[in-house]
Amino acid sequence: MRTSKLRGKNELRKLDGFKFDTGQILLIISVAILIVTVALPMLMIIYNVFFYKWSFDWKLFAQMLTDPDNLMAMWNTIKIAFFVTALGTLVGLFFAWLIGRSDIPLKGLMKSLFVVPYMFPPFIGAMAWGLLLSPRSGYINKLFMSLTGGRTPLFNINSLAGIVFVEICYYFPFVFIQVSSALERMDPTLEESARIAGANQMTVIRKITMPLVVPAIAAGAMLILISSLSHFGVPAILGFSRNIFTLPTKIYELIYRSAGSFEGIRRGASLSVLLVIVVVLALALQRRLLQAGHYDIIRGKSMRPMLIKLRRFKIPMLVICLLFLGIIVVLPLFIIFAVGFLKAYGLPLKLENMTVENFKNVLFVSKMARDAIKNSFFLSISAGIITMLVGTMIAYVIVKIKPKGKGILEVLGLLPYSIPGIVLAVGVILTWSGALHINLYNSIWIILIAYIARYMAFSLKSASASLEQVHNSLEEASRSCGASHFESLLDVTMPLIRPGMVAGFFLIFLPSMRELTTSLLLYGPFTRTLGVAIYSINEEGNTVQACALAGVTILIIIAGEFILRLITRERKGR
Amino acid sequence: MDHVILKNVTKTFVTKAFGKVTAVNNVNLNIKEGECFSFLGPSGCGKTTTLRLIAGFEDLSSGEIWLGDQPVSIKNKNFYLPPEKRGLGMVFQAFAVWPHLNVFENVAFPLRILKKEKSVVLDKVKQALKHTNLSGLEEKFPAELSGGQQQRIALARAIVTNPKVLLLDEPLSNLDPKLREIMRFEIKDLQKKFNFTIVYVTHDQTEAMALSDRMLVMDMGVIQQIDTPTNMYNNPRNKFVYGFLGLSNFLKVNLSDGKVYPVGSDGVSIDCTIPVDFSEDQAILASRPNEIDLLPEGGYPARIKSRLFLSDYIEYRVDVGQTEIRIQSYEDKGFKDGDLCGVKFNRLKWYSAKEEISEAERERRKVI
Amino acid sequence: MAEVRLDNVSISYGKKTVIEDFSLHVEDGECFTLLGPSPCGKTTVLRAIAGFEKLQSGEVKLGGKTVASKDKRIFLPPEKRNVGVVFQDYAVWPHMTVAENVYYPLKKKKIPKEESKKLIELTLKQVRMTDYAKRLPYQLSGGQQQRVALARALVASNDVILLDEPLCNLDANLREEMRFEIKQLQRETGNTIIYVTHDQDIALAISNRIAVMDKNGKIRQLGEPEELFKNPVDSFVYRFLGLSNFIPVEVVDNKLYVQDESEKILFSNTLPASIKKKTFFAACRPMNIQLTRDGNLKGRIKQVMFLGNIYEYRVQLGKYEIRVQQDAFSAFKNGVFNQGESCALQMNNLRYYEDVEEVSA
Repeated sequence: MRTSKLRGKNELRKLDGFKFDTGQILLIISVAILIVTVALPMLMIIYNVFFYKWSFDWKLFAQMLTDPDNLMAMWNTIKIAFFVTALGTLVGLFFAWLIGRSDIPLKGLMKSLFVVPYMFPPFIGAMAWGLLLSPRSGYINKLFMSLTGGRTPLFNINSLAGIVFVEICYYFPFVFIQVSSALERMDPTLEESARIAGANQMTVIRKITMPLVVPAIAAGAMLILISSLSHFGVPAILGFSRNIFTLPTKIYELIYRSAGSFEGIRRGASLSVLLVIVVVLALALQRRLLQAGHYDIIRGKSMRPMLIKLRRFKIPMLVICLLFLGIIVVLPLFIIFAVGFLKAYGLPLKLENMTVENFKNVLFVSKMARDAIKNSFFLSISAGIITMLVGTMIAYVIVKIKPKGKGILEVLGLLPYSIPGIVLAVGVILTWSGALHINLYNSIWIILIAYIARYMAFSLKSASASLEQVHNSLEEASRSCGASHFESLLDVTMPLIRPGMVAGFFLIFLPSMRELTTSLLLYGPFTRTLGVAIYSINEEGNTVQACALAGVTILIIIAGEFILRLITRERKGR
Repeated sequence: MDHVILKNVTKTFVTKAFGKVTAVNNVNLNIKEGECFSFLGPSGCGKTTTLRLIAGFEDLSSGEIWLGDQPVSIKNKNFYLPPEKRGLGMVFQAFAVWPHLNVFENVAFPLRILKKEKSVVLDKVKQALKHTNLSGLEEKFPAELSGGQQQRIALARAIVTNPKVLLLDEPLSNLDPKLREIMRFEIKDLQKKFNFTIVYVTHDQTEAMALSDRMLVMDMGVIQQIDTPTNMYNNPRNKFVYGFLGLSNFLKVNLSDGKVYPVGSDGVSIDCTIPVDFSEDQAILASRPNEIDLLPEGGYPARIKSRLFLSDYIEYRVDVGQTEIRIQSYEDKGFKDGDLCGVKFNRLKWYSAKEEISEAERERRKVI
Repeated sequence: MAEVRLDNVSISYGKKTVIEDFSLHVEDGECFTLLGPSPCGKTTVLRAIAGFEKLQSGEVKLGGKTVASKDKRIFLPPEKRNVGVVFQDYAVWPHMTVAENVYYPLKKKKIPKEESKKLIELTLKQVRMTDYAKRLPYQLSGGQQQRVALARALVASNDVILLDEPLCNLDANLREEMRFEIKQLQRETGNTIIYVTHDQDIALAISNRIAVMDKNGKIRQLGEPEELFKNPVDSFVYRFLGLSNFIPVEVVDNKLYVQDESEKILFSNTLPASIKKKTFFAACRPMNIQLTRDGNLKGRIKQVMFLGNIYEYRVQLGKYEIRVQQDAFSAFKNGVFNQGESCALQMNNLRYYEDVEEVSA
């Protein structure tokens, strides 16, 4: 009996299997990574705002807080977020219900079209709407003025209302997706039992369906609210020229105007603290307003829900849907490509004015554009791979090993979810430009670090979801078949979550490709990303080139999105 | 008086993947007032669709449905009453209690729709909760309650308006076996108290037989038999009904010279009489495991393949020709594995060996 | 082949002790069942044998070899214990075909390809899955997946197979079929099998011996199925092994009466020797009660239910309701009782207990 002899402590460890030790090692690595990428930048912001040369100093913060310009920016941020959330929720809800519970035709097509704005980079959308509705030169406004013969434009997109409109176009899918899936999962007998109880269709919607989707609405609305509060691209592109600032654009402006001086960054950091406070307050307020329980509505045998017959409203509703989709999806896409093909901005959109030169230029000639494409691919792929792997590791620790300190991991990992990108960028600058004797400023690595921190939450969520599908007994089965913990991981768990990991990669790759906010603060002379390049070319006034590059970006994103769909569909087939 | 009447009811679905499927095929049915009537059948047999046609969740493809003397669906007059106007009570398999309302409000919902006075609502809900053993849980939310309690809420909600007809769609199949048995009694008691007409859909033959005054067995959208539970159990009209009502042995036999040879029996025949009206030269003999005796001598010679002790009875398996036969015996007659014995069939049902429905068709129907 | 031995094993999750001072000896080639209500720690015992739980104290031996011992500081990880496990949720790996699933343990044992192939074929034949070797698990029914899990466990170990409620996710018909096959398989292979379940029917059907456990993780009775069923040591075991009636009785003038203030019902002329108390319980299974027209113990039929192969009656006896079941076939022959009729009860195989315990929480 070999094993019954007393053994040294180390040998016993080995006998103990890997579970205990592997777990501890993974936990320590995970905490370390999250502290460096997520916690440190946040701490650096707080330190730099409230401490000066190691002593507490709140003067800067007080000064920033009382500046009327900053207060104005804060007020704008809140106003925009309020209207975007309220209206975006209504729009999303309306279309989700129409597609989920009425007999409107072409559902499949519309369902996929309604998600398109979700992938469309909002700042490119803002550019497109600028081209269409800027007060003097927008194509629609020009057409309108020539038709009416007057000098008043149809709509001025360079305004708060314009910003709200564009943000709604790109954020309503949050609610649409949440509510659609809630309606799909909802047990139809919940509604049927109300019919049997004597309630007519309208009463059922009012008393049963709506209350049951409130949690989904709340979740979607919360996403809109956070996104809008921290959003940079749309107000930057539509607001700067009219001196309309929001907190994120104001932070950028402060740092940009000071040409990256430490004082400027400190001021930016102060506003960042303010922005985070606003976000947190808004979230708390919304939680209070929509205190909704978590209902379990996924049950029962799947049956077709009873669809409401629209009868004479069928065609008008269809027209509204198609018109809406046309306006928010087709029109901006069309104008970006159309202007991208123009010989010069301002020429009428006629075939004889078209050329492929701009596309040729951004793809093969312009160093800035080509660098941007290269950089963005490099950043998105590396951020995608690193974040996906690290996220999977952390998720494995949280979901499967469940060590004592897993709460910290969850908080740290999901924190960036509610931290605005611009704030994260400020934190990254403060951390990695020499303060800790590591200077990555102007290099591509600083952007990579920012991306990793920013998208960690995505990766963590998707990896946790796919790991939870892998029941513990699957790994235990392989242990009892003679495989060690590590071999079980390799042979069973990894292959099972591989599709999830690939999907997780794309969930990071795609937003990284269209990222603007953090890159804009962190880029150096040779590290422009696609977003930055489009933005700067556009600001320089070279609109046709900007549109061509935007067109290229959109094509890349569509391709990526297509691959992602293929992967997720394959998974469902299993 | 007939209370639920179906005349030539047919329902077809058109699906993308499987084409046209007739879920319910020319069903004629009269359910009497105060009767407890079950629809029994495998999944995809059309029993739930029939119930949903009565409830009004699906429109007919042809035929008529009447509740008493009131028509609720007449296809060729294009008449269709929506579910909320049919005045029925219904309980669903997945309970379908509303998670955002507490027990009281769930049960009060139908009364609120009828705009009843506050005192009436209070009184009726209290009564309904009392009858379903839920008193004291008024303020609880469904998520805080067990499956059995949730199904009781659904029951209370269905009876609170005192409807004449109660539709139950596999109400017990999401509960564990013990609870299922208890709830079975409670439903029966409720029916005795209020004298509802109950239409009960289930795939569990024990449940159907325990509860029903009459029942029907359905397969492939067609009614196979309508009868009282005992009549149906003792005289199943075809092999499908026989098989669906309990454990069954189906023994294929060849008939020659008035003798009955099990397939693969090497010339040994079974001692039984051929029914006078049976004229085919092959047959399926159906028997239940508890209707067969094992004898030390006589009977069809066989060898015990296995003996399982199953608490109340002992189960033996023996080969009769090529067919394995299960025998359940309430007394231990001392047979061991490998012992020789004689098989005596105490009751046999004769079915034609010809009719067989293709499994593929059955699979296809399961999808809808 | 191997015997399994647990000596004074204790296991707790955090502060909650699941099993304490638990000892068990399963013999080589035996089919042994741990039967008990959920939760009673029976799965924990199984997991301790497999190596998924650590011991707070005690020792586990497989085939004479200590695989876990608190005192000797030994803990062999699951992969080194050479036991096959079948899980309640099948745990068939969805990304591998049936054959690959069964091959995996052989691969880990580094068994040559040729030999593996033969073994896989043989085992798949044993579980009647030969035709499905190339299928992926999602193309299989629940019962077929469970067969794959069984085959995989058989290949993983020819010593000890642990089964954790393997049939409880299957529907009733399939469950019945599978229990028969497990029994068959055990006879063919001669493995030591430890089977965990809360279903007494399965336990009685397949086991050589059964240990009935209570909610506190203690073994109440251990023995062969028929003996256990016929002579349960206490009301808990009695109740757990099947449907039961417990009738409160009392001793008056050296005779046994049903406890009832308003009526005097003579239950029996003789007293059980084993019981010293004045009031206690008579236990009888519904199937062991015969209904006759005439007899000493009079009752009234309260309810009749026809359940296909059996007739179930609820009979009023004094203030108690007695459940009676009769084989429907003989009931048809001997005449069926109707609701409201009076009848006589003849109880066979009576047992007496001093108290009655609740089985479930």
